[in-house]
Amino acid sequence: MWDETIVIMLLEGTRDTLYMTLMSTLFGYLLGLPLGVVLAITDKEGIRPHPVIYKVLDFVVNLIRSIPFLILLILVIPITKFIVGKSYGSTATIVPLVIAAAPFIARMVESSLKEVDKGVVEAALSMGASTWTIIWKVLLAEARTSLLVGVTIAIGTILGYSAMAGIVGGGGLGDIASRYGYYRYQTDIMIVTIVILVVLVQILQGIGMMLSKKLDRRRS
Amino acid sequence: MEPMIRVEKVSKRFITKAGPVDALENVSFEVEKGDIFGIIGLSGAGKSTMVRCLNLLEQPSEGRVLVDGKNLMELPDRELRKARQNIGMIFQHFNLLMQRNVLDNVCFPMEIAGVKRKEAKARAMELLKTVGLEEKAKAYPSQLSGGQKQRVAIARVLANNPQILLCDEATSALDPQTTKSILTLLKSINETYGITIVVITHEMSVVQEICRHVAVLDHGHLAEYGTVKDLFHSPKTEAARKLILSGPQQIERMRGKRLIRVTFSNHSAFEPMIGNVILEYKTPLNILYADTKTIDGNAEGEMILQLPESKEIADQMIQYFIDKNLGVEELKDYVG
Repeated sequence: MWDETIVIMLLEGTRDTLYMTLMSTLFGYLLGLPLGVVLAITDKEGIRPHPVIYKVLDFVVNLIRSIPFLILLILVIPITKFIVGKSYGSTATIVPLVIAAAPFIARMVESSLKEVDKGVVEAALSMGASTWTIIWKVLLAEARTSLLVGVTIAIGTILGYSAMAGIVGGGGLGDIASRYGYYRYQTDIMIVTIVILVVLVQILQGIGMMLSKKLDRRRS
Repeated sequence: MEPMIRVEKVSKRFITKAGPVDALENVSFEVEKGDIFGIIGLSGAGKSTMVRCLNLLEQPSEGRVLVDGKNLMELPDRELRKARQNIGMIFQHFNLLMQRNVLDNVCFPMEIAGVKRKEAKARAMELLKTVGLEEKAKAYPSQLSGGQKQRVAIARVLANNPQILLCDEATSALDPQTTKSILTLLKSINETYGITIVVITHEMSVVQEICRHVAVLDHGHLAEYGTVKDLFHSPKTEAARKLILSGPQQIERMRGKRLIRVTFSNHSAFEPMIGNVILEYKTPLNILYADTKTIDGNAEGEMILQLPESKEIADQMIQYFIDKNLGVEELKDYVG
């Protein structure tokens, strides 16, 4: 079974999985990071409390997060078709992945920013800092370790979701695992894909944790 | 002369789940330019809320706060931020940016004010020299002691040349020796730069060490307000007495006996008052507590005496002290 086509297929699968995961993480953060910031600052205890904005966003985030990913995948097919032009393949999978990941990322960002010492925010306010300065130079800068841990968790989760997308023809390692392992009973290929997935998660996790530790100045 | 800070009938009501809470009620006082002004009170007295009303970190529910003649509450957002650069604040827990080194922490307010990076760095270095921490410029806050962190906070607060410095329990997290060195630093800042300092504290010793004027807050009300010296010699309210007696802590155990608190200043300190009174009335009395403090540059002493059982002699002794111009008050139910 270990002929060239299978090896190439596995390599392509790995590439597709990485492509889907990293692109989805990137776009997930483009949406989720500002969303998380808005959630953190419009909360009662935030620097710009705004109950209406907070409640609306809070509701939307909870709503999307409560839909199982597999269902969401099917539910957003019209949107996927509109953006990508087709509903299958790695690029198409990025759309539901981003939609699923953004609220989850927003929550993690919100919680990271809320960990920042209120006293430091107060000190910045007392110096006459604007809301923008506080977001940029106090909240995001002081929470960077926690934010990076969040990125690592997000990558791991999105990688897991991307494998699920294989079921609807999403491409990547999940696709291979389900096609060969589930439909054709080729357990060996399934196990190899699982091993590759495990190694990928370990490497990404390791890099993330190392970076966040390296950037932490709180204890040295 | 126009006072640096004028607080006019300020009230602050917080709406909590348990109902409204009045943190401040109808508080008025003035702080002169160049003064070191203490706001003292037990915890929950409203001190922290009061100091936050001075730079509008808290919005007063009623009343006005004038800083250098300007009503901060009437300023639009942008100008309020500008005004805040003129009112520095230091905190009990220092509130430094943990992910920035010492130098960049001191640069932070200058970044906000839009000072050029190179100028800011040079000024930050200079300020670190002023507070005696230039060799720690590249260190991170987590590597510093509490006293050093507060020094960094002081360097940071001076960066934009503020006219006013608010200290919110700035020494409460420090040991007595470090407290003393920080208070000395604050005093020298007051003298060198003429910055008006407002000190919030629950410790009378801090007020006595550096303040010239003091306001006593009690459950959101202004109990009394005047010079530290007057408060020391003749406190008018129970709240003030409690705070003054919080120094001699063993007072709790003396409850129930006939006690008086006698205060004396420079001149009377040289006369052997106690010896004289014992010789005069041929009756011993008991010294339970005695201390001398330097208040606003003068030596001021206080003693807590237990008078003889005989009411007649005790009353005569009190009269003797009063005739000698000592401050005398009987300590009764309010002790402890």
